[in-house]
Formats: sequence, structure tokens, C-alpha cells
Amino acid sequence: MSLAHTHTAPAAASRPSRLRKAMRDGRLTTILFFLPPALMLFTLFVFMPLLEGAWYSGFKWSGYGEGPTDWVGSRNFERLTKHSTFMRSFNNTLVFVGVALLLQIPLGMAMALLIYRKSKSNTFFRLVFFVPFILAEVATGLIWSFIFDGDYGVTSIFTTWFGWEQVYPLADRTWAMPVLLLVFVWKYFGFHMMIFIAALQSIPDDLIEAARIDGGTPWQITRYIQIPMLKPAIVVSVFFAVVGSLQLFDLIIPLTRGGPSNTTHTLVSYLYNFGLVRQKVGFGSSVGVVLFIVSFVFAFSYRRFVMRQGEK
Amino acid sequence: MFSWKESGRIIFLLFVSSLIVVPLLATILGGFKSNGELRVSPFGLPQEWDLQFYGEILGDAQFWRYLWNSFLISIMTVVLTLVLGSMCAYAFAQVRFFGSRFLFNYLLLGLMFPFAAAIMPLFLTVRDLGILDTPWGVVLPQVGFGLAFSIMFFRTFFAQMPEELFDAARVDGCGYIQFFWRFTLPLSTPILATIATFVFVQSWNNYLLPLIMLNDREGYTWTLGAMDYRGEYAAEWNRTLAFVSATLAPAVVFFLAAQKYIVAGLTGGAVKG
Repeated sequence: MSLAHTHTAPAAASRPSRLRKAMRDGRLTTILFFLPPALMLFTLFVFMPLLEGAWYSGFKWSGYGEGPTDWVGSRNFERLTKHSTFMRSFNNTLVFVGVALLLQIPLGMAMALLIYRKSKSNTFFRLVFFVPFILAEVATGLIWSFIFDGDYGVTSIFTTWFGWEQVYPLADRTWAMPVLLLVFVWKYFGFHMMIFIAALQSIPDDLIEAARIDGGTPWQITRYIQIPMLKPAIVVSVFFAVVGSLQLFDLIIPLTRGGPSNTTHTLVSYLYNFGLVRQKVGFGSSVGVVLFIVSFVFAFSYRRFVMRQGEK
Repeated sequence: MFSWKESGRIIFLLFVSSLIVVPLLATILGGFKSNGELRVSPFGLPQEWDLQFYGEILGDAQFWRYLWNSFLISIMTVVLTLVLGSMCAYAFAQVRFFGSRFLFNYLLLGLMFPFAAAIMPLFLTVRDLGILDTPWGVVLPQVGFGLAFSIMFFRTFFAQMPEELFDAARVDGCGYIQFFWRFTLPLSTPILATIATFVFVQSWNNYLLPLIMLNDREGYTWTLGAMDYRGEYAAEWNRTLAFVSATLAPAVVFFLAAQKYIVAGLTGGAVKG
């Protein structure tokens, strides 16, 4: 403490001597050499593309030549609202967010409540439930597209059992989306489970013991002690669930590629298909802008209203 | 001590586990079956263990090239993220300077949106830099987007280090730079390992960025290779299953080795973050 005071005391001294001190003890070097590389990479590959995207979204441009010249104003955005596939992909993305919040997180929490206590069997289950999260999206997608291939997996067992005709859920307009959602829950619930397990383990045992002695039933303990104390973990979980769902892409491609007849696109797979593949830089950028606005509004208001509250 | 409740719990947990284990086992076993058998019995044990498909894949130099490319890209991403991220976070954590708050918030912007939102201009940037079809075309954007996250974690960790240590080192004439190399980094191995693990897994599993930046089959990562293989043998699921299984092996080995850090990252850091 006292040293910290002597640190700040010379602050009253003249500017040059402060600078000289910062040069001598290496603070200046730290700022001049440690900050710029990271900041430059971030600016070049994150910030600039973001700004450029906003700029390009007002043009019709193939990406070649000196730069965009064909200014179309807000026409790209108007085209988006008129494109039913875009509205569908926007809607699908919201469905993924909703399923993440209403199924994935509660399932993760339920599993965490079942296996958070330290024991050999629980460690085993924890490991198993966490495997899908580590698995690559591409591997997951390929495995499940095999299982739901009407000629091979689960569906073929059912249909031959009942003597029905073969069905192909991933090529079916009604069933493709539910299958995607199932795989989506399967893939990510373990992530939320891990967050909740850690939070549950940090609740002091005395608290739960005291409640039990006072005659609390296991359900009451869960409802009135454990779940309220999970609030900070829920705040984190929800944030990752929403941001993650908004950028879903890798899982969609091996399963449906956005089909059948473009019914299962997400915002990102739409952007890839209708912007990148077709080399429509302006149009694609306008999708990116929509994605950015949705994420930014969410992240900003979430940090401001939910996370702040959690701190109090 | 038998209890209905406890056995019910275990049975339920075993049921959920089977939903995870059965698809994975079916994948591994499927690689040993003939395609005809796979159609009739997708989940059972193979009647005859046919090693042909695994053999062909493991004997194919292209397969190993895919893995090597993924490995190279992941390692480069990890090293750059750790070096640049820890240095930057150290400056934020230890030195008070004009504009530090602004710059830190600027970096946090990277946490707020998915990188796919800027993918169109990002592609043009990479193309104009002439690093399309090279590992750098994937590595540099990955580092750029991973930095915000790692810097946030590093800074929290560095700021928690006991101040007495720093003061003592200062009295002994240790400067800021020296302190970073001699104390901060060695004391940060847990967080370094955790971040390294996460960045590695993310890069290893990445599909979108390689898909956009790599067009030459020689430079494909294994995720691109797997999709390619699936397209090539569309009618023969057994081959694709063998391919996927062959890529699972390194992932499993890595997971078992790094499990501690993955769990630590999710539990320690994430909840506090």
C-alpha cells in the first residue's frame, strides 16, 4: 500500500520527469511494443471488415475492380425483406435461439442438478455428456445425417419395422428443421451443463444441509436455494447460447445445406449461399449488417440491463 | 443401500448417455461394415470386420495432409493468440495510460458479434493481402477474432496477481518488461493452457473460415476434407463413417489430455467472466 502511494506521489512533479520515469522502468516500452500488434490485427481483421461491410451494403458489387461504384442506397435491404428465403432464415435463426433458451439451457441445468455431486459415476457421465460439445460440428453433422438417412439409420429401422415406405427426414420440408434442432440440442447442452455444475459445486454445503434439517424437501431445496443461486451462471449461459445460435453455420451444411428448398437456412448459411457463393459483395454485406445489428442490440442491452443487475 | 430413486437416476443417466454413445459407436463400427450390411443393420456389430476402408483412408497421403494442415493452422493460431494476447493484456493490466479504457472497450467489441457478420469484406481483405489459399488466410482472421476473448481472460488473471510481488520486484530494480517475462508468464501457465486448449479446439473444428479462404485441395483442413470425401462417395456411407472415425481419434486423444484445462476454462473463467 505504502509503495503504491510513493508511486503516485511523483505524479505532481513536472511532466518530462514522469515521462522519463516511464521510459526507465519500461512502462513506455510496454505500451509501445505490447499493445500495437494485437490492436493492429484486431483492426485489420475485425474492425475494418465491419466498417467496410456497412459501406459495401449500399452498393451492387462483384468484389472486383478498384472498389464499389454502383451505389444502390437501401435497395439491398429492401431486397432482403422481399426475399422469402431470407425471412425464413431470419425466422429459423430465432427458432434456434428460442430452442437454445427453452430446451438446451433447461436440459443442461437438469443434467447438472443430477450429476453435480462428486462421485466416480458422476465424473463418468459428465465426461460422456460433454463429448458432443468437443466434437467438431462437421463430424457431428455427418454422423447425424447418416442416422437420419432414410436408407440407413434410425428412420429406416422404424419404417421397416412398421412396413412403411422409406422416409428421408432431412429432405422433408416438415421434418428437416426439427431434426436440425434435435442435433443442435444434442451438440451443445453439455456446454451449459458444465457451467451449471461449476456453479452448483460452489454453493456451500452448509446452506443445503441447513435447509434439509429445517425440513426442506429436495425439490424445495432445488427450487428455492439452488436455482436462485445459479443466477450468475444462467446469465453467462444465456449470453453464450444467444451469440452462439446467431452464428450457426457449420452444423447446418453437413446436415441439410439449407435445404430442402431453402427451408432450413440460418442467417449465416443464407449469407454464405446468396452472398459469398454468388459473389454479391453488396448484397451479402447487407445480410452481415443485419446479423451485426441483431447481435449488437442483444449484446449491448444484455450487458446493460441483465449483467449490471446481476452485479448488484 | 438400495434406493429406487437412486437407481431411477442412474437408469435415466444411462439412457441419456446411450443417446450420445450409440451414434458414435455406430460411426466407428460402420467403417468396418460393407455398405449393404450398413443398410440393414446400422447399429449392430459388423458380421465381418472389413479393414479395407479404414486401411484405404489411413494409407492415403491426402488424409494425413488434411490433418497436418489443420494441425499447422491450429498451432499457428494458438501461438499467435497467446503471444499477442498476453502481451496486450499485460499492458492493460499493469500500466495505467491515457485511453486504456477506450482501447479495451474497442477490443471488447469483438465479443459482441459473430465474425460471420463481416465475412464478405474479410474475404476481400484476405484476397487483397494475397494470403488466400495459404494457412495465414485462416490463421490471421482467427487470431483477430480470438484476441478479444483471450485478452479479457488474460487481463482478469493478470490483475489478480498479488501486488506485493510486483512491488518487491520493482524495489529490486525489475522493470515492467522483465517482470512480464520473469514473473507474469511463468505464473500464468494455467490460464495459458486453458486459452490454448480452447483456441486449438475452435480452430481444429472450424469449417466456415477454411471453406471461404482455402480453395486448393492441397491446403484443405480435415473438415473440408471430410465434406469433400462425403461428396465423393455419396452413395457409400461406410466410407464416410470410416473417414469421420479416423478424424475422431486425434480429437479424443487431445480431449483426454486437455480435459482438465477445458473444464477449468468453462468453470473458473466463464462464470466469473
